[in-house]
Amino acid sequence: MKSKKKKYELRLYIAGNTSKSATALENLKKYCEQHLKDQYSIEIIDLLKNPQLAEGDQILAVPTLVKKVPEPVRKIIGDLSNEEKVLVGLDIRPVK
Amino acid sequence: MKLNSRQSMSKSAKKAHSGGFTNNLGKSPTGIAGLDEITLGGLPTGRPTLVCGGPGCGKTLMAIEFIVRGILNYDEPGVIMVFEEKAEELATNVASLGFNLAKLQKDKKLKVDYVHIDKSEIEETGEYDLDGLFIRLEHAIDSIGAKRVALDTIENLFSGLSNEGILRSEIRRLFQFLKAKGVTTIITGEKGEKTLTRQGLEEYVSDCVILLEHRIDNKISTRLLRVVKYRGALHGTNEYPFLIDKDGISVLPITSLELNHAVSNDRISSGIPTLDIMLDHGKGFYRGSSILVSGTAGTGKTSIAASFADASSKRKERCLFLAFEESPEQIIRNMNSIGMNLQEHVDNGLLLFQSSRPTLYGLETHLIGIHKLIEKFKPRTLIMDPITNFVTIGSLSEIKSMLIRLLDFMQQEEVTALFTALDQYSGVGMRTDEGVASLVDAWINVKDVESNGERNRGLNIMKSRGMEHSNQIREFIITDRGLELVDVFRGPGGILTGSGREYQQSLDATGAELRSLAETRKDRVIGRKKIVLEAKIASLQEEFESLKEELNMTYHEEEIKKKIPEKKKGDFSQKKNPSGTSRSTQKKK
Repeated sequence: MKSKKKKYELRLYIAGNTSKSATALENLKKYCEQHLKDQYSIEIIDLLKNPQLAEGDQILAVPTLVKKVPEPVRKIIGDLSNEEKVLVGLDIRPVK
Repeated sequence: MKLNSRQSMSKSAKKAHSGGFTNNLGKSPTGIAGLDEITLGGLPTGRPTLVCGGPGCGKTLMAIEFIVRGILNYDEPGVIMVFEEKAEELATNVASLGFNLAKLQKDKKLKVDYVHIDKSEIEETGEYDLDGLFIRLEHAIDSIGAKRVALDTIENLFSGLSNEGILRSEIRRLFQFLKAKGVTTIITGEKGEKTLTRQGLEEYVSDCVILLEHRIDNKISTRLLRVVKYRGALHGTNEYPFLIDKDGISVLPITSLELNHAVSNDRISSGIPTLDIMLDHGKGFYRGSSILVSGTAGTGKTSIAASFADASSKRKERCLFLAFEESPEQIIRNMNSIGMNLQEHVDNGLLLFQSSRPTLYGLETHLIGIHKLIEKFKPRTLIMDPITNFVTIGSLSEIKSMLIRLLDFMQQEEVTALFTALDQYSGVGMRTDEGVASLVDAWINVKDVESNGERNRGLNIMKSRGMEHSNQIREFIITDRGLELVDVFRGPGGILTGSGREYQQSLDATGAELRSLAETRKDRVIGRKKIVLEAKIASLQEEFESLKEELNMTYHEEEIKKKIPEKKKGDFSQKKNPSGTSRSTQKKK
């Protein structure tokens, strides 16, 4: 896999500690450990604390996972419960 | 100046509608000309209003104007959340209306948030909500203390996100959130095929729904606005035409239901002294009245209108001349040939020409345009030449209803209006005057009188409300010194005009001359006879005198003859009888 050299910068936007954001974070960590071990960093942004940050990344829905690096920028919204979709979205797994 | 007129408009609207209902629901004035009158005060305060319509109908503009006027006129900061255009594009688009969004943002009065949704960038998985949007909105509102919010066009979320179930419930929540925030909101929505909006937003927004339409009728577009719903408040229910121009949106609340405008007893001249004479012996028209000049082609309607304008300008009163057939230059040149210098009045700013083809816009748009011009220019007289050209863009009833509205407005503003109308006797045309004649206060008809191989103009006053007016048909002549009316001659074959009249006039003049000649001859004869008789009388007198003298002489002679002997006798007896003379006189008797 080429992705071994890649460094993934991920941002997870949440709005307070809701069950959805907890699920999303749990799922994200699980996938990253499985597929991107030591290649990733996760930044969690709570919009309730920093509402001004929502505009910059065009956040509408919560939770939203934003992959800033590598390009292209992708957003995955929802609790990330569908592993397949998340992996495709993060360009970890090509679309079949 | 514009602001003033807007304010005065809304003031008068409030006055007009003050009776009859109490306003329980708070209303936020939009500042959009005319809309506040239709909604009797504005949009429901602290509630969402849905503005829907097809593409290009002016939804976005209305939303933005609501926000910008809120800031400028009512000092209510606002948030614009755009789902469609980019923030910079939006600023450029409204800059043409004189809205400086950048400055308002710098002054912390406005916040524009551009929500970008690109489906290709977004992957959806599992449960989510739109808290991100809520947080952004709340942040924007709180950061400037906004009272007004515009969401344009929220339905675009549907194209970016695929989970409709979530979207619907979130939008419902959004409206509740906005209500809880107490902000007055405009939400725009694209018109759907059978519903007001494509996504049925009207189900969620139940307080006020405004529908905008862009209707093409006979190739001419008219923008129309209708308040579909306004919960808990009275509102105008008709379709109101509106106009988008450099000043933004203007809506025209068209029907004034009451006929209670003030009237003036002031009189103004028609500009033709001889016509004034026909109107109450030289007093002219009432100020604020409406005058219709009808006639067939080439009867001098425009010339009558121009002399009215000329007279108005000479009184130092502003006159607005709406020409639908000729350009200003053309009218000025043509009127120069009959001795009217309109250019001078234009230069002095007393006369304003506005030339346009009727087909330029729909009737309603014309009406709004005229309204705006009247408010801006504040004329005392208005001329429309000719109204019949509107036939190309509307039916008789539409023209009539437009004119009713225009007349209402002008009577309210005490503007004297003069319309010209073309009569068409041939073809399938219609006679506008019949439709309009009942509306106007005075109706002057100019017609061709054709006889003996020439055409002449005859003018008569068909009606003139509230004044004595001549019932005569006068011949109407256009000279290089202006317009004049001449008494029509009645000959054995009817009315005489033109050369017939001139002939009759010369005949009459000859007759008069002959008569006066005859009179002088008779006088002379009598004079002579008188002299002869007087001479005779004198000679007879002389004769009589000489006869008398002769008689006297004879008598005296005899007296003397008698006296002398007596005297001699008396000389003797004088000492004894001094009364001898008295005796002698007694004897004489």
